[in-house]
Amino acid sequence: MSRRPLREIAHARAGDKGNRSNVSVFAYAAEHYPVLLAEVTPARLKREFGGVLRGEIVRYELPNLNGINLVSVNESLNLDGHGKSWSSLILGMEIEVP
Amino acid sequence: MATNDIYRIATGAGFSSDRLDPAVDLVKRGQLDAIVFECIGERTLAFGHRDRQADADKGYTPLLERRMRAMLPLCRKHGTRLITNMGVANVRGAAEATADVARDLGLAGMKIAAVLGDDVSDAIPDDARLSEPGCTVGEVGRPFIGANAYLGADALLPALEADADVVIAGRVADPSLFLAPLRQRFAWRGDDWPVLGAGALVGHLMECAALVTGGYFADPGVKDVADLAAVGFPLAEVAADGSAVITKLPDTGGRVDEQVVKEQLLYEVHDPAAYATPDVLADFSTAELEEAGADRVRVSGGTGAVRPEKLKVTVAFDGGYLAEAEVSYAGANAAARARLAGDVVEERLARVHGSNAPRRVDLIGVASIHASAVTGPDESRDVRLRCALRAQSREEAEDLLWEVESLLNCGPSGGGGYRGHVTPSVMTYSTFDRVSPSVEVIET
Repeated sequence: MSRRPLREIAHARAGDKGNRSNVSVFAYAAEHYPVLLAEVTPARLKREFGGVLRGEIVRYELPNLNGINLVSVNESLNLDGHGKSWSSLILGMEIEVP
Repeated sequence: MATNDIYRIATGAGFSSDRLDPAVDLVKRGQLDAIVFECIGERTLAFGHRDRQADADKGYTPLLERRMRAMLPLCRKHGTRLITNMGVANVRGAAEATADVARDLGLAGMKIAAVLGDDVSDAIPDDARLSEPGCTVGEVGRPFIGANAYLGADALLPALEADADVVIAGRVADPSLFLAPLRQRFAWRGDDWPVLGAGALVGHLMECAALVTGGYFADPGVKDVADLAAVGFPLAEVAADGSAVITKLPDTGGRVDEQVVKEQLLYEVHDPAAYATPDVLADFSTAELEEAGADRVRVSGGTGAVRPEKLKVTVAFDGGYLAEAEVSYAGANAAARARLAGDVVEERLARVHGSNAPRRVDLIGVASIHASAVTGPDESRDVRLRCALRAQSREEAEDLLWEVESLLNCGPSGGGGYRGHVTPSVMTYSTFDRVSPSVEVIET
């Protein structure tokens, strides 16, 4: 096991629709998809980034793309009112990689 | 069916301020059947209503004349149909302005179609229920600006069947701008859900222009994009079964590969297995991507189920004013001075102005966008205080600007570079309704 920033094994994109934003996260290598599932959980995201990712975080799993989709609520007074920078926020988290 | 029966459709704009030169290049070199300009956001539409209320001739996309002046002669020369939602809140006005541009350029015999019916501002009753915040239109308690239904491909078909050279709509679901010409070309039935789902997937991938060709992707040293300054816009080669190759013109910047297309596949999507459009409840969870040569990705496997019964309607209300004001502190102890300045603003808004408006204070250079999520150990020596406040009146909004500017003389040492502005804001909610679209054609 090694502790590494998520960005070393995955890429991500943030988008918004109305007052909800989503961040999709994809493992570069298929072997790391289970790592995404184990490490990038709504509970963990809520614990680390709860101040920004408000409300319930919903996760959808896409094994055919080795990716996950995370949906949360954004905040209009923020300089980044659409949550476009959340992809970089999430890619900065440290994860355990076998 | 002949193997060469491929529909070539490109994206000329993915938002209202998108670049123009990639669209020009695509029509010149892309041998296109059609080019789509997607120029509406939820807020754009609300501001369109406001512009039209101020001047009955306005309310369509501000760059319409410039885009049409560049595109119409090229589209005519190359036999490319132009499909767009540039009409925003004044579709008829946009069609007339486009006809004026065509006449001015000496382009006789052009058919310009206006797709009407999305504007349901006069038809939304006060007791219409909004899905968020869960009350009725009347109970929102804010001035109503306008309401628009998301039309589907159905609404555009009569314009395409009338052989319009230019099809101008207002609010249409973005993927439907692409699905409509595909339906016409391949005679897809309106209840063939799997093929409509596949077509909606192509439209979804294409609607944001450069986002599928390497824009919004580059992370230097990690995810590099060649010649980003000249990023090409996308071109889809669509087959009769709804599968497609997403590509871009040779000798343009950007990249089209599996990583880029994957990111776009989930962009602005919530549940990938249930992406609601007016045409079909699309399912992207079964999609397959395959690299098929340099800057070519084959997309297949998109499918769908029966479409929603009613159309989504966006209802816009006056959201008051957003005030934003900033001032910088630099050098030793800059963060402490900026923090003190923020405290002074907070205290005076409460004590002197009695304001309880929603507000937020950030230190740019220390922690701005991710303020409450991440704190760094190192204090920057170059910090910009940003204060934001949402007010019901302009005066209350201007109080924030006044307080931040007065820091220059009354606040911590060495504050400079004050900027402040007040912007009218809108709030949008959703409801659902049935509407009856129609088409009018102008011939130049």
